[in-house]
Amino acid sequence: MADTIHPLTAAQIEESLETWLEIDLTFLHVDGLAAEISTLRRNEQDFLLNWIRRIATTNIEIAYQFARRATRIVMHTEQRLVEAWALHAMDSYDRVGLRLALQVIQEVERFMQLSHARASGAIFEDIRGILLNFVRGLSGRPLKLEEGDAVYTDSETLYLPAIVAKMEKQEDNFLLCKAMVAMLWAQTRFGSFRANLIDDLGAYPDPQRACQLFHLLETLRLEACLHRELPGLFREMQRLKTTLGEATLPDEWQDWARQLAQPRATVDDSLRLLSRAYAGPTPAAICYQGELRLDAIAGCLAARMAREKIRLRVKLAQLVNAPEKQPEEDASAMPTVEVTQQTDSPAELPELTLMLDDTPVSPPEDVRQLLTSIYLDWGNIPPEHLIPAGPGEYDLDVFAAQTRDPDAVWQGTYHEEGAILYPEWDFGRQHYRKNWCVMREKDVAPVFDDFTTQVKQKYSGLIKQLHRAFEAMRDENRRLRRQAHGDDIDIDALVEALADTRDGSEMDDRLFTRMHRTERNIAVIFMVDMSGSTKGWINDAERESLVLLCEALETLGDRYAIYGFSGITRKRCELYRIKQIDEPYDEAVRARISGIRPQDYTRMGFAIRHLTHLLNAVDARTKLLVTLSDGKPDDYHDGYRGPYGIEDTRKALQEAKRSGVHPFCITLDTEARGYLPHLYGAANYIVIDAAPKLPLKIADIYRRLTLS
Amino acid sequence: MQARALTPEEYFIEAEPYYEASGDEVVIFEAAYRNKLPILLKGPTGCGKTRFMEYMAWRLERPLITVSCHDDLTASDLVGRYLVKGGETVWVDGPLARAVRAGGICYLDEIVEARKDTMVVIHPLADDRRVLPMEKLGVLLEANQDFCLAISYNPGYQSVLKDLKQSTRQRFVALEFSYPSAALERRIVANEASIAAEMAEQLVKFAHMTRNLKGSGLDEGASTRLLVHAGKLIASGVGPVSACQSAIAQAITDDPEMLTAIQELSSSLF
Repeated sequence: MADTIHPLTAAQIEESLETWLEIDLTFLHVDGLAAEISTLRRNEQDFLLNWIRRIATTNIEIAYQFARRATRIVMHTEQRLVEAWALHAMDSYDRVGLRLALQVIQEVERFMQLSHARASGAIFEDIRGILLNFVRGLSGRPLKLEEGDAVYTDSETLYLPAIVAKMEKQEDNFLLCKAMVAMLWAQTRFGSFRANLIDDLGAYPDPQRACQLFHLLETLRLEACLHRELPGLFREMQRLKTTLGEATLPDEWQDWARQLAQPRATVDDSLRLLSRAYAGPTPAAICYQGELRLDAIAGCLAARMAREKIRLRVKLAQLVNAPEKQPEEDASAMPTVEVTQQTDSPAELPELTLMLDDTPVSPPEDVRQLLTSIYLDWGNIPPEHLIPAGPGEYDLDVFAAQTRDPDAVWQGTYHEEGAILYPEWDFGRQHYRKNWCVMREKDVAPVFDDFTTQVKQKYSGLIKQLHRAFEAMRDENRRLRRQAHGDDIDIDALVEALADTRDGSEMDDRLFTRMHRTERNIAVIFMVDMSGSTKGWINDAERESLVLLCEALETLGDRYAIYGFSGITRKRCELYRIKQIDEPYDEAVRARISGIRPQDYTRMGFAIRHLTHLLNAVDARTKLLVTLSDGKPDDYHDGYRGPYGIEDTRKALQEAKRSGVHPFCITLDTEARGYLPHLYGAANYIVIDAAPKLPLKIADIYRRLTLS
Repeated sequence: MQARALTPEEYFIEAEPYYEASGDEVVIFEAAYRNKLPILLKGPTGCGKTRFMEYMAWRLERPLITVSCHDDLTASDLVGRYLVKGGETVWVDGPLARAVRAGGICYLDEIVEARKDTMVVIHPLADDRRVLPMEKLGVLLEANQDFCLAISYNPGYQSVLKDLKQSTRQRFVALEFSYPSAALERRIVANEASIAAEMAEQLVKFAHMTRNLKGSGLDEGASTRLLVHAGKLIASGVGPVSACQSAIAQAITDDPEMLTAIQELSSSLF
């Protein structure tokens, strides 16, 4: 029992705080803080001190500010919520820096949206997955869901605060979030943004107030839409309002609500009623309505409308010009394209069918989504969107999903477009740093030379041996004899069985032969260290090893990929494609193996995470991730060297194992026995004491690893 | 009542199965049948392929022999094999051979699941030769003039390993099945489950929600068959939300987060 343990004294606490907050350098005063903490119960003290220590590894100022505020709220707030608050502050620090992180700490009340003491809040991180699937299931444009400082949408992304704790019970808070999400979805689905809101609302003397009133009117209209579309949710929304004791609307508003509840009511009706509502008082906002951020919407909307028009026109041009469609028609005569809508009820999204020259074409999935999105923005498909783009009219690359040259990032302004973000484990914080590593896949610059030929000559004896050894491992169908069921009769067994019956003994029933398929079904990715330390003979050994491995694996028929990894700081984590999983072992792959050159540092976590992700997309029974390395995880700057890097790598390997990938490490670092068991487990690594031995051994290591 | 035991070639569909045509598939099937062309049905699971086969078997008054293919199904499972009976070996025809002899409709469901050697026996049956090589007997079995071969496959599962080869697919007349249009699906669900049109409409709406999730966590949305299941539960007095949870959500996914999300969708809808 926590209470039976004596609370820590102020002196004990002060001593810990002095160390963690490094008061020799920071000159923070911790005596008052320690005294305050000493009045808490022991389990609260432990909880708080643990978090102060963890935050201090990230930033001392945040830890100090956290300590000052948390001491006051920890007694009457769930620890779960305090935890979420602390993590959010650290995430903000990672993402946008100290100033905003401190703001999160200072505005604890705003952050938690607390109105109930001891409330059981809904934490965004916990419910995000559920709500995202929920909103994806509703019809319309695929929306994104992110954490934001308030409830609002820019018409593509829905934002919810990190914690919602307006209601007392946790399930009600979840419900409130669900209602908020549904309301934001309804704004995009039922055309709240189809009017020019900025101009219309800006025409009022007090645009701020006009916006508020308009938002309330629109909420009433959308409530009616939700009532028709999702009656179950609507009932729960009514219940939420009653539970919170929200005041009923004034009489005239009731009347407007009835008008807006008509199935044919649109955003224009809300705007029309606004002119009357503007004269009267402003009723209180409804608990799930959130905010209406016109600037966010306008920016997003304008960009999307332009983008989608171009995309649709280009897609149509591709559809029309598809070679198998009308090969005999001359290309200059553009066929006419029309869209027919199969329903005119406003409650349903129309099923849009394309008419190409009067023949109906059911549009491919991407075009269908584009049409839906355009329909949501415009309320119809404007005819000028349906003119297929002429040749050269647009450069589709500008608007297509970006696959830019990864190196171009470092010329001009830095951006994270096209990169995949991976989290990293911070062992001091005992938590992940979200979206920390900016990972990009690149190709190794191929070098077309006679490297592979030379290697093959050098190791010709070994290669012959490898071919023999691996051929013996190949899956071959075997005929199993004496089976109870099978394709054919096992004559030997039958003769014996008949002799047995003559003998008076029992007849065996295993009289058949069956073809047995032995399938290896292994997929493996080799993760090759391309850090600067491999320069020289290690690099040569690695490249030679890869050639020998490929020779062996080609005989064996296992599916395999080879990636090199290297990085310099978290912003530049790079994976080099040498061979992708289903790419044939051809001239290009050989040239890339030859072209492997040492790069920067050994940041490993992101590489393991990304390759695990790739492996999990492959359909194979056994999945292996084999690391070829020459040393510890290490990176320049941001403290990756030492325990941080080792713990992150360990965490990434644990994640890999949990998802069903078997990691294995082959290393040239003779000191590796000190840390590798901690990373890979006692048996899942092998140390090779000299680089020249690597090519001789590697294929055999792989053979033993996958022997069934 | 005692269960009837029938040999495959005696399995005639006696009562007209409920089937709503969504296009001209019935006409095409009949034309292909008359011209002795084999038929390939494509489409996601539970969209009515098997029901369509039953309906056509009833219309054409031929016995229907269905083989559900699995990854251990070999050619001899289709053609036949020797068995030992009282010290002697006896040949027993497999379902495909029976259909070929009796002039039935042989329907190989999910053909890509079967082992590759099954294709060897299907190919000569599927072109104008219409013969079944019975290697172990050393005979070629010429197909009865009423015989018809139909196979089905689901392009949705396409993994590299489970694709239909061109040499196979180019022997067949292909009919594509997809989920019926909303109005038609409403009619089917209302009819099959005997529920009110409004409830059927809500169920179809729910199905569309799950189909929207295909690709972002679900491999496949709710099929028409599942809707009928849910409808039947509702008709027997189960609440719509629990019916959707048991008959649909649990059937399409095991992922707890996805289950909760689908639960939230159904509780919002009803």
